[in-house]
Formats: sequence, structure tokens, C-alpha cells
Amino acid sequence: MEEFFQQLTNGLAVGGIYALIALGYTMVYGVLKLINFAHGDLFTIGAYLGLTLLTSMSLMDSLGVFFGLLLLVLMVMGLVGLIGVLLDQIAYKPLRQSPRLSAVVSALGASIVFQNAVMLIYGARFQVYPQDILPRIVINIFGMPVPLIRIMILMASIFMMGALYFFIQRTKVGTAIRAAAEDQGAARLMGIDVNRVIMLVFLIGPALGGAAGLMVGLYYGQINFTMGWIYGLKAFTAAILGGIGNIPGAMVGGILLGVIEALGAAYISIAWKDAIAFFVLILILIFRPTGLLGERVAEKI
Amino acid sequence: MKEKRYIVYALFVVFLLTAPLYLNRYWLEVLNSVGLYAILGLSLNIIVGYGGMFHMGHAAFYAIGAYTTAIISTSYGVPVLWLMPLSGLTAGVFALVVARPIIHLRGDYLLIVTIGLVEIVRIALINNVFGITGGANGIFGIPRPTLFGYKIFKSHQFLYLIWGCVAVTVFFFYRLENSRFGRALVYLKEDEIAAEGSGVHTARYKLAAFVLGAFWAGMVGTLFAAKMTIISPESFSFWESVLYFMIVILGGSGNIAGVILGAFLVIGLPEFFRGLENYRLLMFGAAMIFMMIFRTQGILPPRQKVFDVSRFRKGGEPI
Repeated sequence: MEEFFQQLTNGLAVGGIYALIALGYTMVYGVLKLINFAHGDLFTIGAYLGLTLLTSMSLMDSLGVFFGLLLLVLMVMGLVGLIGVLLDQIAYKPLRQSPRLSAVVSALGASIVFQNAVMLIYGARFQVYPQDILPRIVINIFGMPVPLIRIMILMASIFMMGALYFFIQRTKVGTAIRAAAEDQGAARLMGIDVNRVIMLVFLIGPALGGAAGLMVGLYYGQINFTMGWIYGLKAFTAAILGGIGNIPGAMVGGILLGVIEALGAAYISIAWKDAIAFFVLILILIFRPTGLLGERVAEKI
Repeated sequence: MKEKRYIVYALFVVFLLTAPLYLNRYWLEVLNSVGLYAILGLSLNIIVGYGGMFHMGHAAFYAIGAYTTAIISTSYGVPVLWLMPLSGLTAGVFALVVARPIIHLRGDYLLIVTIGLVEIVRIALINNVFGITGGANGIFGIPRPTLFGYKIFKSHQFLYLIWGCVAVTVFFFYRLENSRFGRALVYLKEDEIAAEGSGVHTARYKLAAFVLGAFWAGMVGTLFAAKMTIISPESFSFWESVLYFMIVILGGSGNIAGVILGAFLVIGLPEFFRGLENYRLLMFGAAMIFMMIFRTQGILPPRQKVFDVSRFRKGGEPI
């Protein structure tokens, strides 16, 4: 029971991270119908930028743990969001009118560029996050110990998802994003500046991905330049699991995948951990390609 | 124009035949790996270039071919080259089984599933599935190939073996390109709905192209195993598949000469810049973006097929 509970909370924390990354995939896919393969690498960049800012600025000392972390998260999100916008302008914007798969190849190219740029800048070895940032507190829930960081990560990702959901559903700009995802042509006729919407999507998605990268750094303590690839694939799986293009779907899919993976690794086989997500992906695409909450059924995949 | 092209081809063949006379072992080995990648690129070209299916898990089939060869030749002592058809068959059957349910998926979804596939195969190999793949260390001690009683182990011998296989592949795929099957695939790639409407059984043709490509990659796996004498899961990672994909896309998907040029560019060219080794992939990535923006069809795109209408005219009058 105790192990189950530990795996469950671990799965929830990792699932929250997947969900944050999945949101970037799903938002871009919703508006542009493009799998942004470089998104996983933006996540990596978030982790590395977080490390650099953390070690170079000593925010915790001057602002205290809470505000220091908050400022750190905001800075990482802003920077990664900026890189996301630049990525779109350079690699995707010239391809808006091209066949869809051209943009996919361009995205793969961008992914390779980012990954190798990170490797050339930071080196190929694992980088270690300083271990003394967060107080190591263990909280008892129902008599079972849970590390504070797990709860913090889950809370932070739920908070961000909630904020995004509110933004998308309740504000005018959010409505514009939804409209552009529904039908770009019609949205344009209604006076929505679709280019601005796309830019915004490429700001928000990578910003969330960058925050997720920082969380992974804090949670596992070490980061590597290739990690974006596997996280990206899993988050994409999560997006499909929930129904691609569907924002609540990405959240549900991410958390579900995190839990499935944690429990699968614990009770089936740890050696196959990374393969579990791909099995889930293939099964979903074969049996329910629209995902669990999928509503976009207009297009046959 | 046509003659000029053939002169280039002839010069290229002469260059390959005489290469051992003036190239040292290192460069012969480079030519050998270019040859291997050229065949792999050509086999992927059937799927990506003609069929228009975005398949990025080709290393999975290559791996299955190589492992089939390695396992059977080390445990039963069967001569390596004899295992070529069997390795191809194993890869082909595997492709048939896995592709059957996913072949109808649309472009980008197929892409992501094939990536998942190659990762699953790699993880399975590392986990020593069925206890025969040797885990992360792989399999070593694969015997050298023999051909007509000659043991092949020197670089120039491999050069002739590998590029001989390239020649056979080119001949076969050239014939395929101009066959009913090849035309049907191109039609399907250009407009799936129109092809279906004209009586092309799209799912069947796609599956056939997929299996044929996998079969061919499996056979190259034999060559690879025989040449390396040692194979491990790391030779068949996703990034390998990206290289094959790059070869096809950069060279010119759907064009045999383009794919071979692509193999030279992607595998051969970086050898000239060994000092910049670390920047190789960075350049590739940038090249991919660049190509998509400025020359989507690749460096040597396939020539338009010209249908000769003159035979339908009588005395200069259109019918």
C-alpha cells in the first residue's frame, strides 16, 4: 500500500510535468495543425536556463525561497517563450502555405539545432542542480511520507493549468485563440489577427514547457541535453491521449500518463518504463485516435 | 541534356571501380558506409519518396535484419550472405504485422508512431528480449562473408560487395519506379483520394511499399552485421532513422540519383570536416529548416514524367 501510494504521488508529479509540456503541443497543434517537434527541446532549454540563472544570480539568498523561486520561474518562462516566438518566426512562418509535412521536417530540424546548441554550450555531460535550494521537508499524508517537492510540483502545474484554462475560456484573447483553432479563415473574417494569435500560442506553450523543464531540474536534480526528446515524445503521447488540440485533454492525458508510467514501472517492469508510453500511444491511435476527450473528429486520421 | 546525365553516371561508376587504386583504407571505409546508407536511403525512398508516408522508424527494420543475421550466423554457423533473404523476410514480416493497423494514419501521426516503434525495438533489444539479443552489449563474433569461395574482409573487397548491392538495388528500384506499382504509389502520394477514386487500393499499396522497404532494409542489416562483425542496440537508435530520412529528403525524395547524392552529402561530406564533428548535427538541423523553406523537393527532385502524346496524333492532327 505504501509503495502504491508513493508511486501514485510520484506519477502525479511527473504527470503534472507531462501535462505542462503537452499543453504546448496541443495549443500549437490546435492552431497550426503542426507537431512542434522542437517543443521538447524548448523544455530542455528551460531546464538549462533555470540552472544558469539559479547558480549565477543567487536569487534565493536575496529574496527568500518562495519569491526567489517565483522570480526564477517567471524569468525562465519569459525567456523560453521568447525563444518559442523566434522559432516560429524563423522556422515555421515561411512555411505556412507549404504542405503540412514540410513544416514537420522543419520542426525536426529545429529540434536537432536546439539539442546540439545546448550540447555545444553546456557540454554533453549531465548537469547537476544545486541540492540545497529547497528545504527537504517530508509531509505526512494519511500517515504516509511524501516529499514536499512532489506536492509543490503538482500544485504548481495545477495552478498554471488552471490559469491557462481560465485565460482560454474566459478572456477575449483566449476566445480568439479558440476561434483561430476552430477555423482560421472564419476567425480572420471576424477581425481576429491570426498571426498575433499564433505568436501568442508560441509564447505561452514554450513558456509552460520551460517551466516544466525547471521543475524536472528541481525534482530529479540532474539534467541532460537529450532529455527533451523523451519528455517531448511522452508529452505528445499525453496530448494525443487526451485528444490533441483539446486543452483540458492535455491536462488529463498528462497526469494519466504519468500515473500509468509510474505504476507500470513499479509493477510491470522498470526496464520497459520508457516503452510503456509508446505502447499507450500506439494503442490509442489504433483504437481511439481522437483521444479520451477528443472532440475534433472532423478530420479523419 | 540526357546524354550529359549519363556521362556523369558513367564517370561515377568508373570512380567507384577504380577507387581502391588511389584511395587509402580510411576513405574506402567512408565509401563503404556511404554505400550502406545509400541502400538504406533507397529502401526508405520507396516508403517516403514514392509512397509519401512519413516513416521515421526505419532503423527498426534494419536492426531486425542485422540481429537475425547475427543470431543465426553465430549460433548455427550459417554463412552470412546466405542469410540475406531470411533477414529481409523477418524484417518484412515484422513490418507487415506492425504496419497493418497503423498504415491508414495520416502523415504526422504515422511519423510519431514509427518513432515510437523504433524506440520500442531498441528498448526490446537492450532488455535482451527472448534472451537472444545479448542485451546492451549486443552480439559479437559474426563471421566474415564469403563470396564464390573468397573470404571478404578487406576494405576494397567490401567496397565491391556493397556497391554491387547498391547497383542491384538501383536496377531493381529503377524498374519498380517505372512499373504499374511505382506509378500507383506516386499517384497515391500526389492525391490519395483521386488515386482511390481511380481504383488504386490505397491501403494495400501503402502496405506493400512499407513491407518492401522494410524487406530491403533487413537485407542491408545482413551486410552491416557482416561488415562490422559486432552489433549493438545503439547502432539502431532513432537518430539513425533521422539520418536515413535526411538522406532521402535532402537528396531529393522519389529520385534514385538524388538519394545516392543525399547519402554522399549526409555521410560522406562530414568526413571532410572532421574538426567540426560536434557541429555536424547542428548543421544538419539548420540544413533541414533551410531546405524546407527554400527547396522543399530536395537537391535533385524527380524529373517530371513526360507522357509522349505524339503517338496519338495522326499526320500532325490531334485526335
